[in-house]
Amino acid sequence: MKKNITKEEFNKIFNLLSEYYNVYAPVKKKGDGAFSNTDIIYYEKVTNYDDIEWNEKSTYSPKDIIFPISQTIMNFTYDQVYVPDIKSIKPIYILMRPCDINGIKRLDEIFLRNGVEEDFYYKRLREKVFFALIECVDGFENCFCVSMNANKSSDWDFAISNNKHQSLISIEINEVKNSKIKNIFESLFSTNTTNNNSNNSNNSNNNDNFEIFYPEKNFKKVTLPNVEEMPSFIYTDSKLWDEYKERCIACGRCNTTCVTCSCFSTNDLHYDDNPNVGERRRVWASCHIPKFSLMAGGHDMRKDNASRMRFKTFHKIYDYKKRFGEEKNHMCVGCGRCDDNCPEYISFSTIINKLSARLISKEKI
Amino acid sequence: MSLDINRKIIQKNAFRITKKRNKTAIRIRVPGGHLQTKYFSIIAQIAEEYGNGSVHITTRQGFEIPDIDFKFITEVNKLLAPLINGLECSIGVSIDNPEDGYPAAGIRNISACIGNRVCPFANLDTTNLALKMEKEVYPNNFHVKIAITGCPNDCIKAHLQDFGIIGMTEPQYIYNNCIGCEACVKVCTKSVTGALSLHNHKIKKDHRRCIGCGECILKCPTSAWVRSEKTFFRLIILGRTGKKNPRLATTFLNWATEDVVIQVIKNIYALIDKEIDKSLAKEHVGYIIDRIGFNVFKAAVLKNVTLNKEIKVAQTLVFMGYQYEKDVFMNLLPHSTF
Repeated sequence: MKKNITKEEFNKIFNLLSEYYNVYAPVKKKGDGAFSNTDIIYYEKVTNYDDIEWNEKSTYSPKDIIFPISQTIMNFTYDQVYVPDIKSIKPIYILMRPCDINGIKRLDEIFLRNGVEEDFYYKRLREKVFFALIECVDGFENCFCVSMNANKSSDWDFAISNNKHQSLISIEINEVKNSKIKNIFESLFSTNTTNNNSNNSNNSNNNDNFEIFYPEKNFKKVTLPNVEEMPSFIYTDSKLWDEYKERCIACGRCNTTCVTCSCFSTNDLHYDDNPNVGERRRVWASCHIPKFSLMAGGHDMRKDNASRMRFKTFHKIYDYKKRFGEEKNHMCVGCGRCDDNCPEYISFSTIINKLSARLISKEKI
Repeated sequence: MSLDINRKIIQKNAFRITKKRNKTAIRIRVPGGHLQTKYFSIIAQIAEEYGNGSVHITTRQGFEIPDIDFKFITEVNKLLAPLINGLECSIGVSIDNPEDGYPAAGIRNISACIGNRVCPFANLDTTNLALKMEKEVYPNNFHVKIAITGCPNDCIKAHLQDFGIIGMTEPQYIYNNCIGCEACVKVCTKSVTGALSLHNHKIKKDHRRCIGCGECILKCPTSAWVRSEKTFFRLIILGRTGKKNPRLATTFLNWATEDVVIQVIKNIYALIDKEIDKSLAKEHVGYIIDRIGFNVFKAAVLKNVTLNKEIKVAQTLVFMGYQYEKDVFMNLLPHSTF
């Protein structure tokens, strides 16, 4: 089901949807950028069209909606333990570009199918989440989703395009899915409705035959390593990794903005006034943030930043696929946020290309 | 015919007596230290037609064109008109006739660090504030130095001014966004004042130690620190170089808003007018206040100023400086000692 609708109609749908769902979308926060007088875009609850940043890539991915930055997983009082419930959290719609939808699917793999058991905390939030697509045609400066096969998705209940018609919003409802929005949409726009009194409804009908587009090519293209098994020399190849000892400052922005970084740590905190009462939290932890591989006794597995870079690179474009099988994609979806946000101008897509080139050149030798 | 010049008048016109007889130099103001390059051609033209083809870049971010014959003051002033129009009149400075040159030279060029037009550390557009300030204080004949710096790094050396304005932000902590990585704690401890510490895997801030530099915001990988909506200022005062008692400026107001800073600085002029020692060719504002006392100064500059609720006002001024006459220990050692 496809329709071109006005902004007012869009807001009407959103109002109805908001009765049942929390709708999250990219929101531009004026002045919240790290540098003064700069903005930042992150996912927040929205209630109408104008809340949403339609034209720019979000600085942070939407993953924190399902995998919160800091999440209480249990409260304890002396010898009693409670798991906080999430009953009060409404079901969620997230408006995402295709790379992020694919990114969440990667998280599903990690949290639900990696270990022996499904991750309880991820699963119960994930079950509340539904996807909507923000059409993405040209991508952005550092995107390489096409190379990562993450440029398309059909896993959405509805898709929104701002590009088809200048004053109207094109919206497509996924017929395959039996979603709430389908009912809302049908009730508002069924052909039998006679209250279509605005002139543009006639106009819009003529253009209802649109297609949702996906990026077909990016400014950046990466060549993935074409090897079954990484040769052992590459793990310690100084030509490839050594420069990152100095260049990378281990600030962790590549991890925190990444849609697929899923590492976390658990912290126990004991309340000041009574240390027998407290909570256990799950908090993001990442390979480029200090303490990541710090073990009891003070032994650090990855002291220099080059080894952290290698770890991340392999994780994103080698280990994951090896773990989950050839039919799966790599973990990295090519959203390019790591490159967007690196204060040292380290380009991850360049690292991938360098790795692939190195594998080939070494093979020839 | 020998030259007959009223020195008082030409000095107010931003020309000066120079070492060379019959030669003067013109000082060009560049409020905020940021200049459209189109003005370079005017400066070049004056230097080439009336000066010696060279220009001095002043410590206050202006230009001084030397070696101009006194007799060409009128011509030079005419050439300056587009500069005065573009840099002064256009921002709201009231100057009756720009073709007559600068109407005053007492208040020195308001200098500013490069600010957030370029610098990642700056908490504000310092040039913009300099322009705003220029409108409030220029033209004025009292010798007052003002500089604006975007963060407590103080690249413009606000600590050596009568009024040094240091831009601040009040970092806002978003508890749930914090992953306890301690990037902010590290930078604050190592490079700033150690206002932050880790407690229960989250951050605690000692507001008294926070100098509003924004380093924690710059270092945070999850945007758990964000800038305050308001930009704040530390107003440091009465710093100086000079032959009598050089000293660094010290804090008068902390966490002041822009409005408060501007009003306080505007208030200084009435005080100077009332208290200045007219027997001297000029008396710097710092020495006036040394003479009349801090409390008189404080009452005068805070008169009719509505202070913002976050502000802290100094109860006393503690200067770190030195007096040359105390350098009695600087004896010349007998050569043989070496």
